[in-house]
Amino acid sequence: MDYTGDPAGAPAYLDAATAAPLHPVAREALMAALADGWADPARLYAAGRRARQLHDAATAVVAEVLGVRPDEVTFWPSGTAAAQAAVLGGLGGRKRAGRTLVHSAIEHSSVLHAARTTEVVEVGVDRLGRLDLDAWATAVSGAGVALASLIGASHEVGTMQPVTAAAGFCADAGVPLFVDAAQIAGRAPLPSGWSLLSASAHKWGGPPGVGVLVVRKGVRWLSPYPQDDLYRPGSPGTLALPEVVAAAASLRAAAGEARAEAARLSPLVDRIRERVAATVPDVEIVGDPVDRLPHLVTFSCLYVDGEALLHALDRRGFAVSSGSSCTSSTLRPSHVLEAMGVLSHGNVRVSLHRDTTETDVERFLAVLPELVAGIRKEAGM
Amino acid sequence: MITLDCRGLRCPIPVIRLAKAMPGVAVGEIVRVLADDPAAAGDIPAWCRMKGQEFVAADGHAYDVRRIT
Repeated sequence: MDYTGDPAGAPAYLDAATAAPLHPVAREALMAALADGWADPARLYAAGRRARQLHDAATAVVAEVLGVRPDEVTFWPSGTAAAQAAVLGGLGGRKRAGRTLVHSAIEHSSVLHAARTTEVVEVGVDRLGRLDLDAWATAVSGAGVALASLIGASHEVGTMQPVTAAAGFCADAGVPLFVDAAQIAGRAPLPSGWSLLSASAHKWGGPPGVGVLVVRKGVRWLSPYPQDDLYRPGSPGTLALPEVVAAAASLRAAAGEARAEAARLSPLVDRIRERVAATVPDVEIVGDPVDRLPHLVTFSCLYVDGEALLHALDRRGFAVSSGSSCTSSTLRPSHVLEAMGVLSHGNVRVSLHRDTTETDVERFLAVLPELVAGIRKEAGM
Repeated sequence: MITLDCRGLRCPIPVIRLAKAMPGVAVGEIVRVLADDPAAAGDIPAWCRMKGQEFVAADGHAYDVRRIT
């Protein structure tokens, strides 16, 4: 006899901001490059030259999509590695100017971890998660500032940051600006004015294990790692070339689809924002409702344990993430929610991708109110 | 003044205790919540904002809330 327990329904993966499902183009490119790009690109024989060609072609594609020069692009083992190389290498290149890193209060934790190696000035955000530009202008023009770091759009709440304006203040102060574009690359147009930029392939539908670092010409960057005698500084060790090839191919595909996908997903985010506010009592929808990423929405439910809600959703087949403290290894609430001054418990982040359907969103919206009500009832609310 | 000792309890429990205590608080009166979960620092003021109550002050692990409605 078949087991007929609580039917979970068809699974719906709604955590693209952590890792988007592999784009079909990435899958194809990966299989082809596994067959053709396994050799060491530095070697002087046919297989090595073939690998070098693949590497250079992938670099050219990424450069073209990002609107930069190929010799400004390097690949790293992850978005975290690329972001940390940007921060540490950017600081290293500006040692003579000082050792202070100015960063927003809502940077990705990988940047905050790198920031622990130096002196920092943290700049706050408003309730919607937007950078305080006046405080930023003051901070970057301070003495001894080596580098500034601003996430392009919040990975937790989706609010777009005023990067171009922030970059203007950096330029006035002669301070290079690093932008973490992990949630923007392949989804929305890149901002301008920055000196260093990082991205992460598995956020746009590429394979995990590929980060991208761009260092613009004329920006001083010193590798924080031991370097070999190759011409260009970059990630130490052998790259996962097949994954890099797949990352590049899928970035081109994602960027080509980005406008249409944003037009499809952004109204679904609006629908989630409106429907959750209407159907779940005592809920706070977080982040800028308009100037935001097209695919990401965050909300917090009063009196709800975030971990309990994640598990309840998982049992119904929905994969989402949370900034609540009970879901973090440190048992601290998300520093992003904290900086915004919004409710941190009962927090859910939903992020959509090219496979997300309207039906998935409707199913999610249909089950959420009863799950929240069930958890509140258990807590006696 | 009513004091709710929520030390050692993790969010959302301190906020739940605060909400449950409210009906027994006179308008204008202050409730002090003792909570050492770091999430309380943001969540108690956020609760006040969402529920239209006044967040008076925080002092270490003590959070004072005034019932105004």
